[in-house]
Amino acid sequence: MSNHDSSYQPTTRIGKWFDERLPIMRLMHGQFVDFPTPRNLNYMWTFGGILMFCLVAQLVTGIVLAMHYQASADDAFNAIDQIRRNVNYGWMIQAMHAVGASMFFVAVYAHIFRGLYYGSYKAPREILWILGVFIFLAMMATAFMGYALPWGQMSFWGVTVITNLFSSLDQIIPGVGTAIVQWLWGGYSVSGTTLNRFFSLHYLLPFVIVGLVVLHVWALHVTGQNNPAGLDIKTKSDSVPMYPYAVAKDAVGMFAFLLLFAWFVFYLPDYLGHSDNFNPANPLVTPPHIVPEWYFLPFYAMLRAIPDKLGGVIVMFASIAILAFAPWLDTARVRSAKYRPIFKWFFWLFVIACCALGYLGAMPAEEPYVTWARIFTAYYFAFFLVIMPVVGIIETPKPLPRSIAEDVLGAGAHGGGKGAGAAAAASPEKR
Amino acid sequence: MASHAEEPNRRDFLVIAGNAFAAVGAAVTMWPFIHQMNPDKSAQALASTEVDLAPVKQGQAITVMWRGKPVFIRNRTADEVKAANATPVDKLPDHVARNANLAANAEATDANRTIKGKENWLVAVGICTHLGCIPKGQALGDEKGEFGGWFCPCHGSHYDTAGRIRKGPAPRNLDIPPYAFISDTKIKIG
Repeated sequence: MSNHDSSYQPTTRIGKWFDERLPIMRLMHGQFVDFPTPRNLNYMWTFGGILMFCLVAQLVTGIVLAMHYQASADDAFNAIDQIRRNVNYGWMIQAMHAVGASMFFVAVYAHIFRGLYYGSYKAPREILWILGVFIFLAMMATAFMGYALPWGQMSFWGVTVITNLFSSLDQIIPGVGTAIVQWLWGGYSVSGTTLNRFFSLHYLLPFVIVGLVVLHVWALHVTGQNNPAGLDIKTKSDSVPMYPYAVAKDAVGMFAFLLLFAWFVFYLPDYLGHSDNFNPANPLVTPPHIVPEWYFLPFYAMLRAIPDKLGGVIVMFASIAILAFAPWLDTARVRSAKYRPIFKWFFWLFVIACCALGYLGAMPAEEPYVTWARIFTAYYFAFFLVIMPVVGIIETPKPLPRSIAEDVLGAGAHGGGKGAGAAAAASPEKR
Repeated sequence: MASHAEEPNRRDFLVIAGNAFAAVGAAVTMWPFIHQMNPDKSAQALASTEVDLAPVKQGQAITVMWRGKPVFIRNRTADEVKAANATPVDKLPDHVARNANLAANAEATDANRTIKGKENWLVAVGICTHLGCIPKGQALGDEKGEFGGWFCPCHGSHYDTAGRIRKGPAPRNLDIPPYAFISDTKIKIG
């Protein structure tokens, strides 16, 4: 994988015998025990491990739920009730899975914003970043199909509205959109047939995510981790072994995250859902106000901000696709926004715009919300298409520390203190 | 061989032919696995339904299921028909009748939205052409929108008494399904 050698030494004869035939322990040791991690990583870097936990937790709870679930229009709604009331510990496992989806997105959004702030998408990590965009897309598809499975009103109408997005293709080639939608439905409307295939795909896609995550971690271990200073590891003093340093820090972050997770599971298991989903799906009655789950709200706001049906769909998909182009849209030579005095403000404005779009996505599609949604949608795209290229050129970055070690320990730490004065001036914000 | 490496030779032909054969074979193999997701025989078998209109009085509306979709059938009052006729076609966002019984480019006049001699009956698929919600307006107490027809609460589309889009994000008029009167008070949809 990377250009660092595993220090693995089998201690037993059987270990040595095995190592000569399948050096998997050597690989794991090299990549996850003595792998060099930058010594200046902050807690924003614990979300990778947290996401790994989320994925495994969703797989385990999901496989258990599938043992009790019935994917049919007649039984699905009652099956959830059955799981929550009668299955041993079903109440807990179902809540873990439903809350887990939300927690997964909490962590992935933190992970993505961290990448944007510290320039983790920039060379040489473009492939790593693009794989992340694919993981995000696969997560969205999985979560969307999973939300259909309880077969409540919001499940049914969410599926109806989102699958109907594809019918907008009729505006390009008449008939194609309708054909695609009927293919997705397996009928002329959303029905039990649709539910059944969504269940099948909901079971499949997490394993696709696992595959993508393996590639994502592989790419990460080729380039090494980015870090708050945005510098590369140059000498041994810039890094610490993954175990115990990064692993211990990850564990602290993970437990903090699990507190939040457990609080929702045990005290507010349905808080992040929608009350309309406690009504069984009814194809004859549309709920007055259809909203997606909170993690899709910013994208839903962008969809509704555009008055044209096809245009809204294009903007919504483009808002995710544009992430993949960030490595080439950003012209700055410095990675970390910590040293980018202008970009930093635009970044926080971008975070605010995303949160505002989330709020607007939950509001009805009327004034003044629509106008505000248009303003923030425009800013969302301007951030990538205007701010990233332009600010990268006009901005003068603050002086960087000369190394990761200097970023952590101050100027004196580097090379026996030579050039200490210049380095101190170079990083004024260091204590 | 090396001296003629630039020119297409028999090996190139074999490689291209072999790859083309594999590509066609892959496409043919994939088709059943794609096509299995299309509406199956039982879904297609539900493709027509008969409805008795005798109990529906003027001003009343009923909803029936056809292909799993709701179909709005409204016995319109004379006022409602008059209102629909009074609207010029060029003032409509969608100028096309969207009537499966007529040519695809028929104008969206009220006459083209109904069947001749039975103009009081409006039969339309009750699915908003925006993103597939069911518009309100069938029940007596429902909000019927600014044009007295139907109102979709999801994203605020207003339809008139001929089921034509008048205001809001929906791109098309409500679809008129294929149907015919098989007796004076009975229709067959599909």
